Order: sequence, then structure tokens, then C-alpha cells
Amino acid sequence: MARVVVDVMPKPEILDPQGKAVQGALPRLGFTGISDVRQGKRFELEVEGDVTDEVLADVHRAAETLLSNPVIENFTVRVEADA
Amino acid sequence: MKVGVVTFPGSLDDVDAQRAVRIGGNEAVALWHGDADLQGVDAVVLPGGFSYGDYLRCGAISRFSPVMGEVVAAAGAGLPVLGICNGFQILCESHLLPGALIRNDHRKFACRDQRLRIEDTTTAWTSSYVAGSEVTVVLKNGEGAFVADEATLDQIEAEGRVVARYLGGNPNGSLRDIAGVRNEAGNVVGLMPHPEHAVETLTGPGTDGLGFFTSLAVWAGVAERTFA
Repeated sequence: MARVVVDVMPKPEILDPQGKAVQGALPRLGFTGISDVRQGKRFELEVEGDVTDEVLADVHRAAETLLSNPVIENFTVRVEADA
Repeated sequence: MKVGVVTFPGSLDDVDAQRAVRIGGNEAVALWHGDADLQGVDAVVLPGGFSYGDYLRCGAISRFSPVMGEVVAAAGAGLPVLGICNGFQILCESHLLPGALIRNDHRKFACRDQRLRIEDTTTAWTSSYVAGSEVTVVLKNGEGAFVADEATLDQIEAEGRVVARYLGGNPNGSLRDIAGVRNEAGNVVGLMPHPEHAVETLTGPGTDGLGFFTSLAVWAGVAERTFA
């Protein structure tokens, strides 16, 4: 078993209201010096067998099709060391 | 005309949409998200609500339901499709319409009577209106901010594809006050506010929304414009 991680983030030019809400809460709790917060999603995909180029290409397609909306989000795919 | 209204798990406004279809002079046909079958309808409404719990992104999972495969194919062939609120989100996720809907910029759910200007009356769903008509319908959304990149916004503006624009203040941070857009052909329209809740004086702010449900006949050339 191997783990492939897909991180999805709102594109820089797209407003991120959730990130803004978190950023607003931080100073109220005494966490200062943080000038911006953006909130995204992390998907952990457990893959059966080896992570071949073909498997990674499939994950890319899944990320593009379902896990992210390319109109408003960017994503990265990476293989995580033995889980 | 027979107008199908799709019910997804989590749809809220499907019954109101069916009722609006009937008041608009058409026959309402209930369609089910799990059936890859449009039952021979002449048009489809994707209603508001929180389909599949809004999990992942609003409309992201509904897009891949069996019925949507049929809707996407039929829309490509010219079938009139109206997506209201969550239905608009589903149409954007399906890439039948440009852009996307994200959380309101003020982060609160907005619920109010909303004035709109109907800007494009060439569509299957707005042919009853006169261009520039100002109407009041119901608005209720948490993720209603229409966004797209500048090039896309410029393109849809240049092509006259902004169907409706917010008046009297932008309720959710939608870019360029856009409340609704259409596809190139004009058979697919997405609208964030709810015309189906403004078809009877007893339960809504008026009957200004009825034009969306009487337009099909005008568009098909069998009725005259009724709204000024």
C-alpha cells in the first residue's frame, strides 16, 4: 500500500472567504504577525500495489475531474513515504 | 411543453419548481438523479438545495449522477436547461456554463427579496421578459458568489451572456454583479436567485419570477412576450 496525497488550493486570484475568517480569528487569540491565510483541502488516496506512472496519471485525472475544480482551484499530487 | 425537474438527494426546491412550471403553463415531470432517463421532456430544471450535502464542492458530486450524463448530452443538442441556485452550481461544475460559485464574500447566508435586471431576453428561459426589465425575486444562498477569470468575464460580457444582474447592492460578492449567465446557444441558463419562489403573491414577493417559466413557449415561437 502506498499513499498519494492531493493538495487542492484556491487559485491566488480567487477570494478565499474561509481563509479570511481564519485570518480574522488568529489575532483575537493572540497569534500575531500572520499577514494572510488561505485554506485548502488535502486528500489522502491509499493506492493498491505500486505507484506507477500510470497510477499517478490516473490520480492526476481524478484530481482534475473530481477532487478540484480547475476554474477556481490548483492542485498538486505527490507520493508520501511509507504510511 | 413537458418540463422535467430533477430531484437529487438534498434538493429542497424541486416541488416549488414543479409548481412554478405548472403555473407557467407547462407540464411538470419529476426526474430522479439516479435514473439515466429524461422521460422525453422538452426542457429540464435543476432546482435549488444542497445536493449530496454540498460535499467536496457545491454541485461537484451531482455533476456525475446518472441523470446529469443525459442532461449534459441533451443540452449539447439544444435542450433548454435552467439551473437555479444549486442547479447553477451543478451547471458550472458540469462545464455547461463558465465560471464557478464560491462562498459569499461576507461569509453569511443571504436571504432576502432581491431586485434584478433581466439583461438578455434571447434565452429559452427569459424570452418572456423585455430586455432591461427590473424584477424582484427571492435570493437565498451561502455560496452564491459568481467568479471567473477576467478574460472569461470580458468574453461573456462581450457576447451578451449575462442574463441577469443584481440591483440594489451585491448580495454575495459576485463579480460584476452577475446573478445569471447563459451558454453560447442560449438554451442553458444558470441563475443564483429563485424565480420559482416568486410566482404567486400568497407566498412570494410578487409574481416577477413567472417569466422564467412562461418563456419556453415564447422561445419556441408559440406565445407572445407577457412581461414588460
